[in-house]
Amino acid sequence: MATLWNNYRYLILRRVTQIGLMLLYFGANAWGWKILMGNLSSSKILSIVPMSDPYAALQMLAAGAALATDLLIGVGVATLFYMLIGGRAFCSWVCPINIITDSANFLRRKLQIDRAQGFRQPATRNMRYWILALSLIISAIMGVAAFEFVSPISMVHRGIVFGLGFGWAAMLIIFLFDLFVLKDGWCGHVCPLGGFYSLLGSFSLIRVLHSQEKCTLCMKCKTVCPEHQVLYMIGKESLSVTSGECTNCARCIEVCDDDALGFSIRKLAKNKKMGE
Amino acid sequence: MSETKTKKQPVSDRRKFILNMARGAGLATMGGFIWSAYVDEVTASSLMLRPPGAIKEHDFLKTCIKCGLCVEACPYDTLLLAKPGDNKPLGTPYFVPREIACYMCPTIPCVPVCPTGALDEKSVTTDGKLDINSAEMGVAVVDHSSCIAFWGIQCDACYRACPLLGKAITIEYSKNERTGKHAFMKPVVQSDVCTGCGLCERACVTEKAAIFVLPREVALGRAGDHYIKGWDKNDEKRLENATSKTTTTEISKKSAVDSLNDSKGLY
Repeated sequence: MATLWNNYRYLILRRVTQIGLMLLYFGANAWGWKILMGNLSSSKILSIVPMSDPYAALQMLAAGAALATDLLIGVGVATLFYMLIGGRAFCSWVCPINIITDSANFLRRKLQIDRAQGFRQPATRNMRYWILALSLIISAIMGVAAFEFVSPISMVHRGIVFGLGFGWAAMLIIFLFDLFVLKDGWCGHVCPLGGFYSLLGSFSLIRVLHSQEKCTLCMKCKTVCPEHQVLYMIGKESLSVTSGECTNCARCIEVCDDDALGFSIRKLAKNKKMGE
Repeated sequence: MSETKTKKQPVSDRRKFILNMARGAGLATMGGFIWSAYVDEVTASSLMLRPPGAIKEHDFLKTCIKCGLCVEACPYDTLLLAKPGDNKPLGTPYFVPREIACYMCPTIPCVPVCPTGALDEKSVTTDGKLDINSAEMGVAVVDHSSCIAFWGIQCDACYRACPLLGKAITIEYSKNERTGKHAFMKPVVQSDVCTGCGLCERACVTEKAAIFVLPREVALGRAGDHYIKGWDKNDEKRLENATSKTTTTEISKKSAVDSLNDSKGLY
């Protein structure tokens, strides 16, 4: 039991956070709870603190909308929060799509689809930044927040709170895409929101730290990591994972049997010296 | 590699770079157009009834962040967020009066909660106070052919249901020539008073409502600058900022009278 907890503690905490947040949102709409209202696009915590999706606001800005004060405060709160705890902590601790893509990835490993397909990935992970840029250009041209009208993330969290409609199809598409087409396809290659939080998270304080002297090169961490390129230092150098693409999901920490990985507060001075 | 002469020349770095750039640009163009076309389609629907205080549809679509706080604030469950499959701009709030109409709460709880100003408090404020009667969600329209009051059957369901009783819907009396002894009591919507709450549509007794709410942009015409109520001093204000455009054609170069008297051109 203790080892079970030890091996899955962060995963369990993440699922509890993800599902708990959705439950709070759902309760706000269904039973009038006032703890967390709205949805992941924009919410109100305890009817006081606003929190808004900074990427959505950026698209609105590109589309030429006037940004209201409430929205700007909400964007400020969210930006500060994710800059501190790691931009993509949103992806692994909050976003409900993460449950879908993690399941697809789990099944992919169990069915050994990677071996069958060959490990060569046919797409670059930088695609998300291109899509991010493209979404802003389209927002500017079409005069609406372009990604918000196609975002399966919004379809799912909005669906959970306000009624899903055909939103289940979006969930299925992402699951099948990640399972059969591209490993870490949606979260690791396509999603511009993830790309946005990657950029935001480059400054975050909470980071995973690797100690090379403890590492036995089992590479379990790289197998489970949805952004394995951020773990380039495994077994080579004792470094913290500074890439914003790391989602702080902590799966690497709990699968490591040698205690060679753990959370740490980023040492700003040290990283500056090394110049990334 | 040097011993066996391969037929395939290795691709030079420069060529690879240029090809990659071309590939990226091509994919971005392709994706961009598909994406734009899709966004254009899903935002095209203009027959949506928005919550009170909603800014113009064009601006609403870019300003609404789709958070649903207005939906949660509505005590009557009137407001809905468009789901995939509803064929409406995804995630934006709307209501269907025939199912649940807007009950016009005096406190308008749905408006102040909007974080982005897509629902504008100022537009539903009169003299510093929230005033739901100034809302412009839509306007009721009567289909004369299916409204039974227009047949001569007595029905004033919509008139009675109207929260602005006697103001937004008035009853017009006229003689029923068919029977010779009865009166028509026809509902007439006063479009400058009607808020588009839809309680009339909800109350309408016909199988499919004979009175229904449409967005004001869709249902109302516009007289334009060429016509004026000469007997109404206020109406002249409407034309204060009017711009006139004079078209000059071959025939209008001379004055109108000259042109009429000039018979040469006719033969």
